[in-house]
Amino acid sequence: METAPKPGKDVPPKKDKLQTKRKKPRRYWEEETVPTTAGASPGPPRNKKNRELRPQRPKNAHILKKSRISKKPQVPKKPREWKNPESQRGLSGAQDPFPGPAPVPVEVVQKFCRIDKSRKLPHSKAKTRSRLEVAEAEEEETSIKAARSELLLAEEPGFLEGEDGEDTAKICQADIVEAVDIASAAKHFDLNLRQFGPYRLNYSRTGRHLAFGGRRGHVAALDWVTKKLMCEINVMEVVRDIRFLHSEALLAVAQNRWLHIYDNQGIELHCIRRCDRVTRLEFLPFHFLLATASETGFLTYLDVSVGKIVAALNARAGRLDVMSQNPYNAVIHLGHSNGTVSLWSPAMKEPLAKILCHRGGVRAVAVDSTGTYMATSGLDHQLKIFDLRGTYQPLSTRTLPHGAGHLAFSQRGLLVAGMGDIVNIWAGQGKASPPSLEQPYLTHRLSGPVHGLQFCPFEDVLGVGHTGGITSMLVPGAGEPNFDGLESNPYRSRKQRQEWEVKALLEKVPAELICLDPRALAEVDVISLEQGKKEQIERLGYDPQAKAPFQPKPKQKGRSSTASLVKRKRKVMDEEHRDKVRQSLQQQHHKEAKAKPTGARPSALDRFVR
Amino acid sequence: MTANRLAESLLALSQQEELADLPKDYLLSESEDEGDNDGERKHQKLLEAISSLDGKNRRKLAERSEASLKVSEFNVSSEGSGEKLVLADLLEPVKTSSSLATVKKQLSRVKSKKTVELPLNKEEIERARTPLEQEIFNLLHKNKQPVADPLLTPVEKASLRAMSLEEAKMRRGELQRARALQSYYEAKARREKKIKSKKYHKVVKKGKAKKALKEFEQLRKVNPAAALEELEKIEKARMMERMSLKHQNSGKWAKSKAIMAKYDLEARQAMQEQLSKNKELTQKLQVASESEEEEGGTEDVEELLVPDVVNEVQMNADGPNPWMLRSCTSDTKEAATQEDPEQLPELEAHGVSESEGEERPVAEEEILLREFEERRSLRKISELSQDAEPAGSQETKDSGSQEVLSELRVLSQKLKENHQSRKQKASSEGTIPQVQREEPAPEEEEPLLLQRPERVQTLEELEELGKEECFQNKELPRPVLEGQQSERTPNNRPDAPKEKKKKEQMIDLQNLLTTQSPSVKSLAVPTVEELEDEEERNHRQMIKEAFAGDDVIRDFLKEKREAVEASKPKDVDLTLPGWGEWGGVGLKPSAKKRRRFLIKAPEGPPRKDKNLPNVIINEKRNIHAAAHQVRVLPYPFTHHWQFERTIQTPIGSTWNTQRAFQKLTTPKVVTKPGHIINPIKAEDVGYRSSSRSDLSVIQRNPKRITTRHKKQLKKCSVD
Repeated sequence: METAPKPGKDVPPKKDKLQTKRKKPRRYWEEETVPTTAGASPGPPRNKKNRELRPQRPKNAHILKKSRISKKPQVPKKPREWKNPESQRGLSGAQDPFPGPAPVPVEVVQKFCRIDKSRKLPHSKAKTRSRLEVAEAEEEETSIKAARSELLLAEEPGFLEGEDGEDTAKICQADIVEAVDIASAAKHFDLNLRQFGPYRLNYSRTGRHLAFGGRRGHVAALDWVTKKLMCEINVMEVVRDIRFLHSEALLAVAQNRWLHIYDNQGIELHCIRRCDRVTRLEFLPFHFLLATASETGFLTYLDVSVGKIVAALNARAGRLDVMSQNPYNAVIHLGHSNGTVSLWSPAMKEPLAKILCHRGGVRAVAVDSTGTYMATSGLDHQLKIFDLRGTYQPLSTRTLPHGAGHLAFSQRGLLVAGMGDIVNIWAGQGKASPPSLEQPYLTHRLSGPVHGLQFCPFEDVLGVGHTGGITSMLVPGAGEPNFDGLESNPYRSRKQRQEWEVKALLEKVPAELICLDPRALAEVDVISLEQGKKEQIERLGYDPQAKAPFQPKPKQKGRSSTASLVKRKRKVMDEEHRDKVRQSLQQQHHKEAKAKPTGARPSALDRFVR
Repeated sequence: MTANRLAESLLALSQQEELADLPKDYLLSESEDEGDNDGERKHQKLLEAISSLDGKNRRKLAERSEASLKVSEFNVSSEGSGEKLVLADLLEPVKTSSSLATVKKQLSRVKSKKTVELPLNKEEIERARTPLEQEIFNLLHKNKQPVADPLLTPVEKASLRAMSLEEAKMRRGELQRARALQSYYEAKARREKKIKSKKYHKVVKKGKAKKALKEFEQLRKVNPAAALEELEKIEKARMMERMSLKHQNSGKWAKSKAIMAKYDLEARQAMQEQLSKNKELTQKLQVASESEEEEGGTEDVEELLVPDVVNEVQMNADGPNPWMLRSCTSDTKEAATQEDPEQLPELEAHGVSESEGEERPVAEEEILLREFEERRSLRKISELSQDAEPAGSQETKDSGSQEVLSELRVLSQKLKENHQSRKQKASSEGTIPQVQREEPAPEEEEPLLLQRPERVQTLEELEELGKEECFQNKELPRPVLEGQQSERTPNNRPDAPKEKKKKEQMIDLQNLLTTQSPSVKSLAVPTVEELEDEEERNHRQMIKEAFAGDDVIRDFLKEKREAVEASKPKDVDLTLPGWGEWGGVGLKPSAKKRRRFLIKAPEGPPRKDKNLPNVIINEKRNIHAAAHQVRVLPYPFTHHWQFERTIQTPIGSTWNTQRAFQKLTTPKVVTKPGHIINPIKAEDVGYRSSSRSDLSVIQRNPKRITTRHKKQLKKCSVD
């Protein structure tokens, strides 16, 4: 009776509610008159309406709230007509032609929504429901804010487009360099370093600095944009891999025996003897972990912030020389000679998952920045792209004429493969799609076999280390055009870097939190929960949450005789029992219904099928 | 083999000894008076030792080889086992009393004195009186047999004269040594025979067979005639096998198995194995002569057959390498196992002759393939001869050694009169059963033979194969090659039989990895690779891929199976053996009891990788991460999903805009330093100051008040 007229009538009070909601939290030092003044601020006619509605409010306050929430998504898009025209006029008296906040496209908002609404919740109490609603409203609000701030991402990714029917792979570097501006053209260069063998290289996280190490001991670091050399040394030992630590000031070099750490002047800071015969290095920036894969088959995690070895895991698969990290969840992927790729976390002694990818050994592994796709290449000359979202099935497979020895993903999902002295780059349709292996996007021939590959972050540049030195290629559309100035700022000063370093250290993620699905951390530990419940029941001797057994109410006039009490009890019990039976029957039906459609009608010829 | 030789040498020695035995006896008795007694005893011992060689009545020599501090009558042993201690000897004093000594001497003298000789007796021997005696004497004279006392023939005398004492001693020494060696060998053989390990025997047998094969090869090179003889023996063994009902599922064992075969897979397999064994033993041995190989395709049968090239990939497929299996489904395999027995002989015949027969382009991969083929056929031959060889050579060997043994036994019998003739009979009979006993043993060696895939022989079969290939292509992973599949399999059958679920998984995995993916047409080809003919390259690549990693899939599946097993919750068995029933060694608690006390572990949730054949996902809980998770539900929530929903939105500044971050993290109450915080009043929480004291009401009836309080609160919020 009361609920029926509500929707129509509710509109004004709802607005009122909104208004009050948007009020600043009341400070204790403020006058107590504040609420009253706020209430008084809207015009007198509205007040009157409120008065009229007042008697209704207490009963359906809760429903009101709900309706507000459910309509909320439209609120930002709709210009607010409800506001009085007087209130919209500014001091000048001019009317705003686009009143209210700017509309936000729903898709962009969706992108920032994180609550998984697919799962249906069990029936919840009013109090719980209100909490849930608050959470949803918060999410809505923050995602709208985030969507609105997308406007600030001013830069757009580059791209390469052939004239009608032209294959972009035919466009060579010289053409690109000719076409682009001088600043970009300067990013294409070759370092001819024939003396010290094939080079491995690494860009710092900001993409500003480049470190490279030649097999024969040549180690150098430079600001590759300005071409300013930071240091250059020869370590007089075989250099297997090189990697920047969290900032460009520290440099880890995997040398013949041990792992060495240098600073940006080339001064050796540490020699870590517990990591010996290291073949590959990976740095996990948010955990401050340096992962090393060694010839002895150990995967070692070194915490560079405290200098401790967090975990040394035996992969039990012989020599390890194929490694890459999943930037999404900081899981390390190792490729093995038996065609499998194993996924590791320092918290577990065994691999989190093992995927059989190739018939021959695995030569290279790369994971894209969203952690969705993994590219592998094996001795069987195949290049495969796997879906890492739970299924681990190959999405596309190609046989390459020579097999890829090195793979790398760019920030925007371009895949590069180094095959001998050729570099092939494939691009996908959009940012979230896997690279399609139909047609290479770009191809480039180098002066020697490829030994190391990496896309430069925030730049459309691919760095290739080979026997002839280093080549910096222009790959339009490779890098993320917008950087986060607080997170990895290519233009940061020394002071800024120091500030950032402190903040990053404070926000360091513990190593044991690395797991396949990082969102699982936001879930309740059900096993402990159950365990706790059980223990509680044991301790108390009864289950406090259990439903109390039915107790018939005492009645008067002789109707509370023992027999009738028992009868009533029996009635309830029977009802419950019937409910149970009904439910189980329903379940059975469901099962049967599910099982049936899989099998087609049996044929008489089936008996001959072996 | 060495044992055989040894036995032979022993035989020779013993024969010589037999010749020399009589005179030696005589010689010993005559020349060594004082050592006579001793020698006789030793001889006795030797005889005993020889007679006890057959094993039954062998006893250990209890010898005290070292001087022990404690000498008691319990471990006193006389020299040699034959002598018995007499109680009287032990009771005697060490020194005889002097009074009795004289008497003893007299007694001994009397004893040593010979009885009175009667001359008449002598005469009777020398002279023949009756005609019969005369005749006998005549005969003896004619044959130059001795009549008078040293009963030696002239030949014997001559030989006696020819052999000196040293020589005789030496020979005896040799003989003794040989006997000792033989006894060692026999002991060793007995010990080995007692070993129950089947594996050990298998290994030994294999080793022997290998050796025999090698020797046969050598023999063929050195002495072709002997080799031919060996071959004949093999042939003979084959004939025997064909004649006999052995390995034909007609024995007692086989019949018992036949009953079980319907229900028991193992029994069925065992029967199959026996049959295949029979097939193998009765198989005609092909002689790979060079001339035949060179003349090539002489067979007329060849014409209706498909060229061998078609089969090659499949031929290789029976090895442990599953990569080559890509073209034959499990169905063909099954068919093969059924039809195999009929096809095998032919297969055998073609296997070798064809490999060289056809003219073929001598490409690299062909050479590679042929190499494999050859290796395989060689293996097959060796297998065959391994099976055939032991039957033959074992026979000869065993009969040889058996002969030696029996000879020795006969010898000992001759020397020791009380030996029964039963043994001799047994030993002579033993040669034949021995062979038969030997044969069933190599049974375990060739299960491989059963699994050989079918070889395509006719065009129809080839067509069948093509169909199957089509069918298999249909099952390839969908997203990968949809376009190509529609091209490649336009005529695939919709009514292709459905595989079972379990098999599908395996096939799926196979497909996953063995899919022929389209190769990338790159503009630039790495310079390292020489440009080849496309097809040739493909072919070569295929071979390379096939042998790139052996058994990766099988290894992976095995690993996965182990992982699944390990992660399964274990049942708890609480049975107490012997509780409520009889217990003891070899007694198992009854099935009923076991069932009753077995606490079945609850079925865990289904594995995440249940339907992902190429993935093993670790199901172990990350306890370190769990320590950071919420483990207690906060108040208003009744289900963890509800709570999870409220914490899914991150509130950190990394994920939010600055404003949103600030708003999400504002504290509920903000205090300002330096300001006085007044105590809370009823008005603060929404009460209107009224005539009654609210506090007193609260104390009296809290429940009522709460409802009123609510109303008031709402009123307040409205205005």
